[in-house]
Amino acid sequence: MILTFLISLFLLQEINVSEIIFEHIGDEYEWHITEWKGKPVAIPLPCIVIDKGVKVFTAHHAEEHGYTFNEDGKLVNATTGKRPVDISITKNVLALMMSTALLLVIILLTASWYKKHDALEEAPTGLAAAMEPLVMMVHDMAKENIGPDYRKFSPYLCMAFLWILLNNFLGIMPFFPGGANLTGNIAITLVLALCTFFTVNFNGTRHYYKEIFAPEVPGFLKPIMPVIEVFSAIMKPVSLTIRLFANMLAGHIMILSMVCIIFIMAKYGPLLGGGMTVVSVLFGVFLDALECLVAFIQAYVFTMLSSIYIGLARQKEEE
Amino acid sequence: MNLVTPDFGLLFWMVVIFGIVFFLLAKFGFPIITDMVDKRSAKIAQSLKDADTIKAQMAQWKDEQARMLEETRKEQTNMIREATETKAKILAEAKAQAKSEADAIIANAKLQIEAEKESALRDVRKEIALLSVEVAEKVLRHELQDTGSQRAFIESLVDEANEARLGS
Repeated sequence: MILTFLISLFLLQEINVSEIIFEHIGDEYEWHITEWKGKPVAIPLPCIVIDKGVKVFTAHHAEEHGYTFNEDGKLVNATTGKRPVDISITKNVLALMMSTALLLVIILLTASWYKKHDALEEAPTGLAAAMEPLVMMVHDMAKENIGPDYRKFSPYLCMAFLWILLNNFLGIMPFFPGGANLTGNIAITLVLALCTFFTVNFNGTRHYYKEIFAPEVPGFLKPIMPVIEVFSAIMKPVSLTIRLFANMLAGHIMILSMVCIIFIMAKYGPLLGGGMTVVSVLFGVFLDALECLVAFIQAYVFTMLSSIYIGLARQKEEE
Repeated sequence: MNLVTPDFGLLFWMVVIFGIVFFLLAKFGFPIITDMVDKRSAKIAQSLKDADTIKAQMAQWKDEQARMLEETRKEQTNMIREATETKAKILAEAKAQAKSEADAIIANAKLQIEAEKESALRDVRKEIALLSVEVAEKVLRHELQDTGSQRAFIESLVDEANEARLGS
């Protein structure tokens, strides 16, 4: 992301910082990797729209199929100006496919190690040794927060943690396989939070629902409490969504802004430009290191809160 | 602003891809890893417990061993002492018995010697008496062949007897 950005900026005289930043944290119908000799190097991606039948085309040929782009850069019907059902393989979708496939391969390889070896006699080696602490950290977290039937929920928590962690790190990576801002996209975090929400509410015990709809409170609170409880149950996934989305997005914007400062200040002469470059690089390194920390913390927090919410829903009536 | 409006396409793909991969991993991935590691943890815990039990048993055995050793040593000392005592006793007894037997033999021998001596002396005395009587008979028969000398002898004998009575 940053590399792309650096190269493209050498060729641009006037820079529009907000445009550059939003291009990098947003989604596109092609994966723009870099510019080479004035020409963009990009992976063309298929646009798939369902609008009276399924249509597949690349972004360059959108107009031939009767589509144009709105001010947000999304496909719209050229005649009606309405958004069709757009399930295009965009940059984010491709990144999602690649990172999820990577996770699938990593975990299946790890599992195959445990199948091939007798883990009771041998210490894990290679990939298994690397993945075991992460998986077991989440597994133990589930055990601690959920209670006796934690085994049912541990795979979901492992999946959520490792998926978020992997995508957070791929997001920080500035070049091709990474660089897509997946965990800083509200659609992605919304799906993750909804998974937690449904897991919690489909597995709620009687005690959990009684606490929501008929809590034991003084009479005048009886009509108010269910409203508050339902609101709080809905706010849990909302907070999960916003927390992950905003943290990752903010991190990306901060790093990009630091890099942009170099190019903005370059206009004001070599002294100011050079001085600010040193400061920007130092801050950029600091922010990248901070982002690595945040990448882990956000994955951990999401998983931890999910396990706590599930644990609360699995509480049995105290006798 | 499109940053905070979830895009339907991405939402759709995320649900599909995340769902499929979650299903696969929940079936063939995570449970295999966690079950194995849980089993291993259980085994380690069990092994540690076993080791503790064995350690405790070893300590117990060691104590027992020490106790047995101590007992054996005591017994040994006892046996040696007893043996020494028995030896001394047997020796003393044997000595006493030997002494008493020897004493008895000596006493017996003395008695026998005494008896032999007595009988020998008696025999000698008898012989001497017989001899002296015979000699006296022969002497008397020779000397008293004439009456005069018979008379002289008898008078001398009476004199002698008188003298002896007066002298004493």
